[in-house]
Amino acid sequence: MPATVLLAISLTDFIWLVVGLFIMFSVLSIVVMSMIWLERKLLGRLQLRLGPTRTGPMGLLQPVADAVKLILKEDIIPASSEKAIFWVAPIIVVISAFMIWVTIPGTQSAVIQNLDMGLFYIIAFSVVGILGLVLAGWGSANKYGTLGGLRAAAQLISYEIPIIMVAISVAMLAQSLDLREIVNQQDDYIFALVQPLGLILFFIAGLAEVGRTPFDIYFAESEIVGGPFVEYSGAHWSVFFLAEYINTFAIAALTVILFFGGWSGPLLSGGWEIIWFLVKVYLVILVIFWVRGTFPRLRIDQLMAFAWKVMVPLSFLSVVMTAIYQFYEWPAWTLTVMSSAGLLAVGFLIYKRMTGPSKLVADVRRRQEALEVSRRANGQAGGN
Amino acid sequence: MTQTPNDQVVNAEPVEMLLNMGPQHPSTHGVFRMVLWVDGEKIVDVVPHIGYLHRGSEKLCEGEQFNQVITLFDRMDYIANFNNEHIYCRAVEKLMGLEVSERSEYIRVILCELNRIASHMLFIATMGLDAGAMTPSMFCFRGRERIQGLFESVSGARMMHNYFRIGGLKEDVPDDFVKQVKEVLDLVKQDTEESDKLLSFNEIFLARLKNIAVMSAEDAVDYGLTGPCLRASGVDYDVRKASPYSVYDRFDFDVPVGLDGDCWDRYYLRVQEVYQSIRIIEQALEQLPEGDVLSSLGRRLLRPPAGEVYLRAENPRGELGVYLVSDGTDRPYRVKVRPPSFCNLSALKHMLKDAWIADSVVILGALDIVLGEVDR
Repeated sequence: MPATVLLAISLTDFIWLVVGLFIMFSVLSIVVMSMIWLERKLLGRLQLRLGPTRTGPMGLLQPVADAVKLILKEDIIPASSEKAIFWVAPIIVVISAFMIWVTIPGTQSAVIQNLDMGLFYIIAFSVVGILGLVLAGWGSANKYGTLGGLRAAAQLISYEIPIIMVAISVAMLAQSLDLREIVNQQDDYIFALVQPLGLILFFIAGLAEVGRTPFDIYFAESEIVGGPFVEYSGAHWSVFFLAEYINTFAIAALTVILFFGGWSGPLLSGGWEIIWFLVKVYLVILVIFWVRGTFPRLRIDQLMAFAWKVMVPLSFLSVVMTAIYQFYEWPAWTLTVMSSAGLLAVGFLIYKRMTGPSKLVADVRRRQEALEVSRRANGQAGGN
Repeated sequence: MTQTPNDQVVNAEPVEMLLNMGPQHPSTHGVFRMVLWVDGEKIVDVVPHIGYLHRGSEKLCEGEQFNQVITLFDRMDYIANFNNEHIYCRAVEKLMGLEVSERSEYIRVILCELNRIASHMLFIATMGLDAGAMTPSMFCFRGRERIQGLFESVSGARMMHNYFRIGGLKEDVPDDFVKQVKEVLDLVKQDTEESDKLLSFNEIFLARLKNIAVMSAEDAVDYGLTGPCLRASGVDYDVRKASPYSVYDRFDFDVPVGLDGDCWDRYYLRVQEVYQSIRIIEQALEQLPEGDVLSSLGRRLLRPPAGEVYLRAENPRGELGVYLVSDGTDRPYRVKVRPPSFCNLSALKHMLKDAWIADSVVILGALDIVLGEVDR
């Protein structure tokens, strides 16, 4: 009976849940604003610009100005769109983004509702966001939007698999799906040391999962002009934007929790440990922004090939290695060796591929010099 | 519904979608419009549409006096203004048999080559943007900005200079011109090297551009490609070398030639051309003679004798040709331009064969069209 279920939760618990959710929304909004400011400033510095300077000291109020502008803008709904789907798609995206944060702990106690199946819950909810993107693309009755929505579905589902496999191998190491437990298990050594391969895979797949450069294919501005978001404006668009940044923050937080020991660190204790957590998360975010300022964008077929030919096999390898390690109860350094060996093997293969360009350079130079010599010879013969 | 042939689809409804790219699209470099037939992410067919920027420049030329036409040429290829002014002025000078002083010809060449660098920098920037890289564009825009600052100190305008005159230049360059150019060249060299290091051999950038839209040398010649697009296919043809005009025969420079004829060659060739242009400018600065910059004839109302003339020049985008007919009055009877962008664009359909949607942007970017010149 639903009534008894409702009564089973005491009123104080319910009030605390509501207050907690409210705090989470506010904190996440502030975090998103800080990320927008940070991204604009950092990209500006990378690109010989200053970034925002006019709104407040160091442009700190720029995200506020952006938000006010977006909310005041007219919210256009195209006449030929599926109104209900068009309207509800951003809400699906942003709710799934927020819901992930219900169970991500900032410290031992700073969590809305810790779940024993926390990791499972997060992965399950992150798939819901894809539905919102596909609906947004299809519902806006725009061909660029449809293309973007389909790209999003293909890309996000493909990169979901490596994320899940790496998460499984971390869960095997910690013998738990509870995020708090996973962090506590890293007291002796952080999992980044025993699973470097998993860390790299998780970070790359995470970039693809939140659609950041070089995997920003489903809204590629220079090709399909924003993809699923192309028809959105005003508040609806800002909701997508919000969800994107919350997801980026979530991926960075998960990287820190799964591989960098979450909030554990020297000097601080109790509630202050959240400072360590935030410092680590923002460092990961800075790396994400740095990557954005550096790389071009892949093409959709290259992206899918990378997912299925590189990421998925390697993530399976990481699970198998962890399983062997756990089964025979070898010391921790053996997994480090195995994982590093895997990483080195991949690194070597990539290096072999990367020498392609340098061979290309040598080839170009050599053939051009030959051409030059022959032209000089001809020119002298003709000129004299 | 119109159908295009597709052998892949058997016993199924046509799955092609008509995708209208442009005229308002961030990567069509202006107001170009491509109607793409796409099968999923693959391009089946393309119909390019031009004319959104047609201003009738050639017809407008007929209503202006010879010296006033220069402003109209500025607005054709608005990325390489000096090069456009140069060929028009040379055409009228040839028609009149006008001698131009050495100094003004050297200054013209220096400015034209600087403009070529600026144009190629814009190309590198937009090429990066088309492939999704934001940062190289800023490096290149910084270099271009420096060159435009120099142009401003010379002619008073950053673009649309209206500085060349029939018979010379509007006025002499500032006193510290040589020093300024040398400073700018050093910085521009650094900027180019920076963006070159960041972008050219990036793994993803290579994956996006290498072996895309390969044009064989025969195809390139058949389609009438000129400039970097032709040389990328391995044809060693540069008007500055093939039939030297102005004072280009006095400089020692190389013509970079591509090897595979793909988009990456088209990109990298332009990067190398920047270095070659720097070489030309350095030599021209050393040889720069003293003297007058505008012949006394150039100051008067011009009435070239009746006749016709065709001249060509190497623009940043390819071979620019001008056909000029005079009937002896103070206005040209007919001006016809052979724009390199327009001729290069004709190969687009061939290049887009079997491309992906994402490639279409890169391929169009590597052609480096300027719509002001395509539509005139």
